Amino acid sequence: MGSAENEGRAGDGGRGGRSMDAESARWVRALSADGEAYEEATGRLHALLLRIAYAELNRRGSRHGITGPELDDLAHQAAADALLSITRKIGDFRGDSRFTTWAYKFVMHEVSSKLGRHFWRTAGVQLDPEAWERLPDRLGADPVRQSEARELVAALREAVDEELTERQRRVFTALAVNGVDADTLAAELGTNRNALYKTMFDARRKLRARLAANGHLPLTTARRS
Amino acid sequence: MNEWQGLDDLLRSDPLDPGCDAALDLMDVYLELFLADAAPERRYPGVAAHLRGCPACEEDFRGLLAAVTGA
Repeated sequence: MGSAENEGRAGDGGRGGRSMDAESARWVRALSADGEAYEEATGRLHALLLRIAYAELNRRGSRHGITGPELDDLAHQAAADALLSITRKIGDFRGDSRFTTWAYKFVMHEVSSKLGRHFWRTAGVQLDPEAWERLPDRLGADPVRQSEARELVAALREAVDEELTERQRRVFTALAVNGVDADTLAAELGTNRNALYKTMFDARRKLRARLAANGHLPLTTARRS
Repeated sequence: MNEWQGLDDLLRSDPLDPGCDAALDLMDVYLELFLADAAPERRYPGVAAHLRGCPACEEDFRGLLAAVTGA
């Protein structure tokens, strides 16, 4: 995988190296203070994060179907944990974006993580034995070339069995073949999204190399913007 | 050679892709460049590659976009 070393926040990145905007500076001062000013700022920030958590849970509502007290719990947990991360990392914030943009991304991460844990606890990771057969449709294969698509899926399945480690196979089958949510699988495996992605990345490279060697796919992916 | 874009995407592994943690670290900056129509994919090609290959982070990006724009 690549490195983010050359894509850092500093230098000419971000907002062109401009200084922190006034509102962001006020948040940083208040969250770096002690006593009453800190308490007031964290209270205000928590209310803001909670509103964003609810909005995000509602935006994803058609996919999770959670309502009522369960939704309230998730929103409050996400807001509280986002607040904790923000107050711990406030010293890292340099004003490369607005403070609220920076803060809201912690809410997104927590909402994803909480939903993943929720589904792992309530439903677990369900693997469908017929998921391989449905892969051509799920990946939008041309209906008039179903025979070719089935042949490719068979080659892919063989490569999964023969090229991947047991963990790579488990992760690839869950995420790529069954469409399991990454945060749900991370909860089941006791890991995190980043580690799963690294496993998937390595698995994809192996599988592409195998399919390329057999003339099924080009070795490199066509870049799409 | 096959031209099945869905399978090609499924096996995408861009060497520029830095992974979820690094992409999340830059997501706020990337998003503001995106909103400013300032070609974030040119300044941060690794983040762009990651968002193309990681549905979970792409979903977080969409959520962040909605939160910031009030959409």
